[in-house]
Amino acid sequence: MTTDTAPTVAIPSVRAIRWKRRQVATARFIRAFSRYRSGLFGVGILLFFVAVAVSAPYVFPEYLLDPNANLSNSVYAPPSAEFYYWMGTDDLGRSVLAELAWGARPSLVVGILASIMAMIIGTLVGIASGHFRGFFGGSMERLTDWFLVLPFVPTVIVLQAVLGETTIWITVIVLGITSWPGTARLVRAQTLSVEARPYIERAKVLGNSDWAQMVRHILPNVMPLVIANTTLTVAIVILSMTTLAFLGLLDPNLISWGGMLDSADATGAALQGAWWFLIPPGLCVIAVVLAFTLIGRTLEVVLNPRLGSN
Amino acid sequence: MAQQEPGGVSDAALDPTEFGRVQRPSRVSGIGRFTARRLLTGLGTLAFVLVFNFFLFQMLPGDPLARYKGAREISAEDLAALRQELESPLWEQFFNYVKDPLQLDSYSTIQGKPVWEVIADALPWTLILLGTSTLLATVIGIWIGIRAGWNRGSKFDKNSTGITLFLYATPEFWLGLLLILFFSTGFWIFPGIFPSGSAIGSGLDPWTVDGVISIAWHTVLPAASLAAVYLADYSLIMRASMVDELGQDYLMTARAKGLMDRAIRRGHAVPNASLPTITLIFLNIGFIIGGAITVETVFSYPGLGLLTWNAIQADDLPLLQALFLFFSVSVIVFNMIADIVIAAIDPRIRL
Repeated sequence: MTTDTAPTVAIPSVRAIRWKRRQVATARFIRAFSRYRSGLFGVGILLFFVAVAVSAPYVFPEYLLDPNANLSNSVYAPPSAEFYYWMGTDDLGRSVLAELAWGARPSLVVGILASIMAMIIGTLVGIASGHFRGFFGGSMERLTDWFLVLPFVPTVIVLQAVLGETTIWITVIVLGITSWPGTARLVRAQTLSVEARPYIERAKVLGNSDWAQMVRHILPNVMPLVIANTTLTVAIVILSMTTLAFLGLLDPNLISWGGMLDSADATGAALQGAWWFLIPPGLCVIAVVLAFTLIGRTLEVVLNPRLGSN
Repeated sequence: MAQQEPGGVSDAALDPTEFGRVQRPSRVSGIGRFTARRLLTGLGTLAFVLVFNFFLFQMLPGDPLARYKGAREISAEDLAALRQELESPLWEQFFNYVKDPLQLDSYSTIQGKPVWEVIADALPWTLILLGTSTLLATVIGIWIGIRAGWNRGSKFDKNSTGITLFLYATPEFWLGLLLILFFSTGFWIFPGIFPSGSAIGSGLDPWTVDGVISIAWHTVLPAASLAAVYLADYSLIMRASMVDELGQDYLMTARAKGLMDRAIRRGHAVPNASLPTITLIFLNIGFIIGGAITVETVFSYPGLGLLTWNAIQADDLPLLQALFLFFSVSVIVFNMIADIVIAAIDPRIRL
């Protein structure tokens, strides 16, 4: 037996190739994304608010939000030089700046979680209604159409009442249940176009199960679209949540931007000229919603080759 | 284009008679058949809404009878009869509901009047607000969208897209609060000239000149806040469809014929690009009827939105249920109108 002394070429494992390919794809994606200034602007705003949300408990101690701890403060005091009171006080004498920082937390958490829930339901229903013909596919499609016509605010109100107390998790569920039909419709359309391609036929002929066709062949093709769409859904969910908070349908102990606007409206901030309690919460909502919208629109262009060529 | 068969060319496409039928749809029967089919699916959706409406309110916690009675005087026998009805099996209750889905005899617990009378009182105000804001949003939004899309990349395009994205992200009730602060309370250099409560000056008859002026004056701020947010929606969609049309061959043909730029835009590009926007406008009308809740609340504008808000606050379930049904039906109806209008304009849809 002789030892093999021929020079060997290291054959990379399948996993290494896959890893390498992913790295290249990610780098390409980042390069493509960063060509869009508006998208980067959105990422910048989002990172800022994430930082605010994470650091809020360390910068603004919780007593600032407790109505009973701030009884000695004057109500609707205008902005002053002291850091905590840069934005003045609210209808209960609390620091508006502290509330703004804490308010970033529910917006991001609920916005993202509810959108993920909507994404999962929407993708499942969308792929199923596009893949299966006949009764099952048809009823999935009908279901989507039905949920599309439910009037949003009244539905949410009633769902909220049915599900009981208004905790933040109930809000996530309610917004998730009402936000999926748009995604489902989009995914269905994309599924139909993917199904028309020859390689799906090949997969069918080779005996792939429905499940394998859907998960291995259709899902990867609809995923880019779903990710872009979900980012845009986050924007809408945050707006909807602000509406809910404004109508007093959120956990009353939760500090949120919409809740601040509710208090401002209920105590006549506009009539008293207390602009510091009115304008900043709205601007925060706009900034976060704008950030997700800009990122979503950029993702749409980057991930969708048809749009990108324009 | 006919729907594509996944497995390649279908037999139907090879059948000469079938092929001929698809090629030359008769104009009248095409739209008629489409309308009939659309009405049928609309009815299906309506059935779902009825079922959903019934079971959703069935699931509400608490004693329905106590809620139904509210502050009203109801005799003990009537209550007992109602109690018996409540204890009947669910399917029987459902059957009773479907027999009379409008629940014509149901009473609003806060106002002590039949719910449909309460809704009819509030409807005209909502229609005024909805009409004004939709008209404003449509005209301005489409104009911006056409100009921005046609001159893609221009200064106007960049500025208007920035502004409309900002408006798109704005909660309409917040805009309303700001408008109150600036133009009703009066703030800084802004004069407080517009009223911000109710829809008409107190004691005025809406059918006099003074009354009409007062109504117009009261509509300005709420209509402006709704219009600003919706025009963003319309101009973004209109811009996107204009941009889609830009590269089309028929525009090249029109240019080669020597048509003026304005004629190409108005006569060729805009009609083709306006379909998605038209659909969206009709869809939104259906939603705004129920979606103006926050704006109407902020301005104490006595339309259906404020009514919904009051019904939520007072737990007036019969009224809420009727409103829910009304809102769903309006969305379904406007959805249907949108589809039929689009099919009438664009023959491709009918196939």
